Amino acid sequence: MSVLEVKNIKKSFGKLEVLKGISFSLEKGEVLTIIGSSGSGKTTLLRCLNFLEFAEEGTIMVNGTEIYNGEDKKTLKDEEIRQKRLHFGLVFQSFNLFPQYNVLENVTLAPTLLKMGTTEEITQRALKLIERVGLTEKLNSYPCELSGGQQQRVAIARALALEPDILCFDEPTSALDPELTGEVLKVIKGLKSKDSTMIIVTHEMEFAKNVSDKIIFMADGVIEEMGTPKEVFENPKSTKTRNFFSKSMEEI
Amino acid sequence: MSFSEVTLFLLDGFKISLIIFAVTLIFGIPLGLPIAFCSMSRFKLVKNVSKVIVWIVRGIPLMLQIFIIYYVPGLLFEFPLFSNIDKYMYINYGIADSGRIIAVLIAFTINYACYFSEIYRGGIESIPKGQYEAGYVLGLTKSQIFKKIILKQVIKRIVPPLSNEIITLIKDTALANCIMVCEIIKQAKELAATKALVWPLFYTGVFYLLFVGLLTIILGKLERKLDYFRS
Repeated sequence: MSVLEVKNIKKSFGKLEVLKGISFSLEKGEVLTIIGSSGSGKTTLLRCLNFLEFAEEGTIMVNGTEIYNGEDKKTLKDEEIRQKRLHFGLVFQSFNLFPQYNVLENVTLAPTLLKMGTTEEITQRALKLIERVGLTEKLNSYPCELSGGQQQRVAIARALALEPDILCFDEPTSALDPELTGEVLKVIKGLKSKDSTMIIVTHEMEFAKNVSDKIIFMADGVIEEMGTPKEVFENPKSTKTRNFFSKSMEEI
Repeated sequence: MSFSEVTLFLLDGFKISLIIFAVTLIFGIPLGLPIAFCSMSRFKLVKNVSKVIVWIVRGIPLMLQIFIIYYVPGLLFEFPLFSNIDKYMYINYGIADSGRIIAVLIAFTINYACYFSEIYRGGIESIPKGQYEAGYVLGLTKSQIFKKIILKQVIKRIVPPLSNEIITLIKDTALANCIMVCEIIKQAKELAATKALVWPLFYTGVFYLLFVGLLTIILGKLERKLDYFRS
């Protein structure tokens, strides 16, 4: 059974149709990378999965249960949306750490408010996650005292603390310089395991090639190409994909 | 009159100034918050009513608002509420001016609450959308997001403009003398009229200066307390 099954997601902003029917599925433990030029709808897709936007049409199934249907858009209550969101985690391009909390508090805040265990349990789990992203020495630092790469690693630990079924990354390294990009990508790569399912929107082609089980190339709101990294990178079927790759590999 | 006698006499007036100052803050600071929320409401009617009220209150001189509050019950309804309170309290308890002070407190509280509401609104609207979204994707409720994530960042941002208003407020209390409330400047004018002493009027400046100095230190401390993070 697929951990995630997305069918025919459509989303427009006013007259602008951003997603024109997106369907894909994902197995547990798989890493899906979504590539494509800016404005192709990658971020909007992630935002629809995390209920920051609501698709007008289409369904989202998690572990075989339908959690969203375009038709319920208007009738969904805040509380239901909140519960559904917990299936997904999202790491933002701009980190969005909470500036008034230190590293440890950023990670423990949500589990504490959601009463996901005793303070002791939550802290222990947070400490493990922070160790996993390599920031144990920075436990008591505030976001303003961290580099962009460190901030993004905290954001990853914060998202993991809720143990989402699927963790989404929205261009996690686009706000970072090349040096810091590496440390974040290394952490994401390190998360890959048989029970963590991830969707990564990125412009880092090499990374996509190395880490993904499945790649989607999006253009103008549709999935132009989908397959294993080998299929997509070495043998792209669509001209749009080929053009995109030749442009992104172009030497300046 | 000796210097210390004048000082004590003025101090009596400054006590009234301080009462107006404190009560306005105690009621105005919390009252500004619902006004700010109304001004940001999704419901057009609520939003517009709130904006019109803020416009009127900020658009009319505070002195005029004091006159309106004080005189309107008598003029429109032939029921001079505040001078009745004055009389009642004076006859029964020997306390002077209480109705007038209440009128001043009402005018000040409404006026300052409107100014505060705009500061709050600016502060709340300046918090990046990403902070809310980060809260949403972590499964938090709207009220948890506001209380645990947004509020402290808003407080940090509004302390400087709020300090400015607070410092203005102590000096604005002098307006109470337009309806004969015995605040410090009224007291000094009293000395000029009855004892032909003009210097106490200028001497009142020292009281304000010392108090503003104290406020500056306290508000500066508060600002530094929130210095540990940047947002």
